[in-house]
Amino acid sequence: MKKKPNDLILQTVTTVISFIIILFSIHLFFAGHYTPGGGFIGGLMTAAALVLLLLAYDIKTLNTILPFDYRLMTAAGLMIAVLTGAGALLFNQPFLTHAYDYFNLPLLGETSLHTAVLFDIGVYLVVIGVTMTIIQTIGESE
Amino acid sequence: MSLLHLAIVLPFIAAVFVPFLFKGFRSVHTGWFVLLVPLALFIYFIQYMPVTSSGQTVSQTFEWIPSLGINFTAYVDGLGLLFALLITGIGSLVVLYSIYYLAKEKEALHNFYVYLLMFMGAMLGVVLSDNLIVLYMFWEFTSISSFLLIGYWYDKERSRYGAQKSMLITVFGGLSMLGGIVLLYLMSGTFSIRELIGMSDQLMADPLFIMAMLLVLLGAFTKSAQFPFHVWLPDAMEAPTPVSAYLHSATMVKAGIYLVARMSPIFAESGVWLWLVAGFGIFTLFWGSFNAVKQTDLKGILAYSTVSQLGLIMSLLGLGAAALHFDTLDDNMYMTATIAAVFHLINHATFKGSLFMMAGIVDHETGTRDIRKLGGLVNLMPITFTIAIIGSFSMAGLPPFNGFLSKEMFLTGMISVFELDLFNLNTWGILFPVLAWIASVFTFIYSIKLVFKTFLGKPQFDKLPKKPHEAPIGMLISPLILVSLVILFGFFPNLLANSMIKPAVESILPSLTDAGQEVYVNIYFWHGFTPELFMTLGIILTGIIMYATLAKWQGIYNRIPERFTINGVYDNGLEKGESGSFRLNEFIMTGYMRSYLIYIFAFFVAILLSTLGVRDAFAIDTSNLAEIRIYEVVLALVLVAGAITILFAKSRLTSIVLLGVVGYSVALFFVFFRAPDLALTQLVIETVSVALFLLCFYHLPEISRKEERMKFKIGNAVISILVGITVTLIGIASYSNQSFESISQYHIDNVYDLAAGGNMVNVILVDFRGFDTLFEICVLGIAALGIYAMVNFRGVRRQKG
Repeated sequence: MKKKPNDLILQTVTTVISFIIILFSIHLFFAGHYTPGGGFIGGLMTAAALVLLLLAYDIKTLNTILPFDYRLMTAAGLMIAVLTGAGALLFNQPFLTHAYDYFNLPLLGETSLHTAVLFDIGVYLVVIGVTMTIIQTIGESE
Repeated sequence: MSLLHLAIVLPFIAAVFVPFLFKGFRSVHTGWFVLLVPLALFIYFIQYMPVTSSGQTVSQTFEWIPSLGINFTAYVDGLGLLFALLITGIGSLVVLYSIYYLAKEKEALHNFYVYLLMFMGAMLGVVLSDNLIVLYMFWEFTSISSFLLIGYWYDKERSRYGAQKSMLITVFGGLSMLGGIVLLYLMSGTFSIRELIGMSDQLMADPLFIMAMLLVLLGAFTKSAQFPFHVWLPDAMEAPTPVSAYLHSATMVKAGIYLVARMSPIFAESGVWLWLVAGFGIFTLFWGSFNAVKQTDLKGILAYSTVSQLGLIMSLLGLGAAALHFDTLDDNMYMTATIAAVFHLINHATFKGSLFMMAGIVDHETGTRDIRKLGGLVNLMPITFTIAIIGSFSMAGLPPFNGFLSKEMFLTGMISVFELDLFNLNTWGILFPVLAWIASVFTFIYSIKLVFKTFLGKPQFDKLPKKPHEAPIGMLISPLILVSLVILFGFFPNLLANSMIKPAVESILPSLTDAGQEVYVNIYFWHGFTPELFMTLGIILTGIIMYATLAKWQGIYNRIPERFTINGVYDNGLEKGESGSFRLNEFIMTGYMRSYLIYIFAFFVAILLSTLGVRDAFAIDTSNLAEIRIYEVVLALVLVAGAITILFAKSRLTSIVLLGVVGYSVALFFVFFRAPDLALTQLVIETVSVALFLLCFYHLPEISRKEERMKFKIGNAVISILVGITVTLIGIASYSNQSFESISQYHIDNVYDLAAGGNMVNVILVDFRGFDTLFEICVLGIAALGIYAMVNFRGVRRQKG
């Protein structure tokens, strides 16, 4: 490499935009049960934000900012999804039976909590983990 | 499990201990221990003789798989007992003979006796089973143990060839027999032979009847070495001589005879049965005796002779079936045929067993079995000579031996076809006595040749590998016992009449005896001046003349080229079969993915289009269609244009971008058809995959990056167009044939009440059908790990390779 290219604009914009994207993806994720969105697309969006960071900086930088092992994240996601399903067994219900109820939470007021969201978290983590594993792996290879 | 069952499986149990005895008692020949088994069984089975001769039967059931109707039913009647006594009796003699024949220092005796005992138990199981599946199981056991015994000297190439050949042929027949058994079960619902016999009239009317008969007969013919399946028997002569004496003269080859006799009550009323059994039998008789004359190996002669004698018994059993068409037994000539079959069965076991043992002795004491090298042994081996001459003369059918009696009865049976006006026997039936007579002449010639060439004539001891001398007494005991039986049955044939032959005949023809009639067996020497006596005289005269002029007409055997013999056909068939399947495999399995894809798609098109055509399943129903909107048309045109341009794109980069165009227009379609979740996902996924394609393109080797338009191949074009048409037609047809309401209304109604959600797609994904999603994320995880492994562990594999 003769001369390091100057990526200042890209990097600055990325810093701002990637937060917006992540926020948007979290919105997509939580809104998924009522409006379009959900774990899958939310996970893809978060991964997209990370990819943008990856493009603006490099793999090493990203690893220092976000020191995740994405393969572990995939495993954790799968684990959460399976455990959510298996939890129903404790209450003498078939596998993957979901339950929901309304709770009065300290800050949010009356909110509906649904075990399907836990399942979706599993999906979300798996999708991020998978996408990042693939892209990192291919990017690092010679 | 009764004592009778234990008796049947005793050889199997004993076989387990043989290797221990062989290792533990090296100084004693293992055969002495083994000898106890058949002896004990023989004594045990003798006790059933009073039972069966008084017309009683014994039946013991041991439940094996009762839910399938498969039970180990041991059934002792006249026929079964006759065979059981043959198996155990000759088994004892053969074991005794093998003790002296096989040296304990040189041979793998533990193998030998394990196989032999396995075989003995299997044969007992075959003849004493009432259940057809159990019978089949033991039947295959005989095939396997016989295979092992033939290949006993497995370092010899010919042994392996013979073992393989007998295995292929007998297992082929065994499997056909299994087919026949299954058909019988389909017709009747039972595997029990006795119940089947009771239903024989009902079975006759069944359309599967002939098929079942053919398959069962195929099994019997292959096992009993009937034409054209006899080819395995001469090659099975590579086995040790005790094995040949036991399996290939007295027991296993008679399993087919047993099966025919056992199944007679079921099938025999059909004319097809009579023609097939008698016809194949008589031709086998002729063919075997004709070919025996040209053999130069002692055991070769005996093998063809066995083939021919088995044909004789088979033809008698076939003709005996005619007896069923007469109401009275008085003067029933066809009953004579069955009696003759049973009688000859016993006789053949005695004289053929002794002859094989004789051949083994000659081989053992001179080192060769080639009759061109033998001669003049009479003074050196007088006892062996006596055995040989008695055995051979009995085989040739000369008085005063037992072979004469059964030969006379055989001729009586064959002549009787003239008096039968059933199944067109009065036209082609003439062949039976004619072939029988010619075959008897040849039988006479080879029998004489067997003795004279071996024991008389010019001695040529210098050609022999060993200096000949008389065999040890232990080796002579068994053949001496057998030839004394030959003489005994010859002089006192009625010794066996009521105790053995009558009950056996009654089991072969139960419908006649059930009617209250009695089988009257009386075998006597002097018939008066009957036609068969003159036939016998003619046989002897012609035989002597032909033997004297053997050198002059022997040339006819060389007329048949090797290729056209049955053996040639078998060898060629095997070779062609192998090379043919190899070539077929080479032709189909090209190793190119594109060929396999063509097969897959061609079958796909052929099967689906023909189903559409045959079932008349194509329909167009336009009543249910939605209105077509303008932006759908535009988008469809873009999509189609993109897809088609890919085919004609010159560069790969263009193709990738066009693929992206197709993907994004699909996402737009999702938007138009109101699927926001799909549209979102499709957009992101399409972006990722295009990026990955670009990555692949970037890493292509220089040489393949050379821009080149896809070659046009007419076959590929046709297949792809056909696939397109097929899928389109099926799509239209299935859309027009919707028979049920969609279940989506349920989801719409319950998405909020049951799942507390508003996004139905997501609720279905995580709640209604969350199980699918669980495994889809598993798929993703596997894909990621797979890519990680492929990329990161690539180097490791390369280093190893």
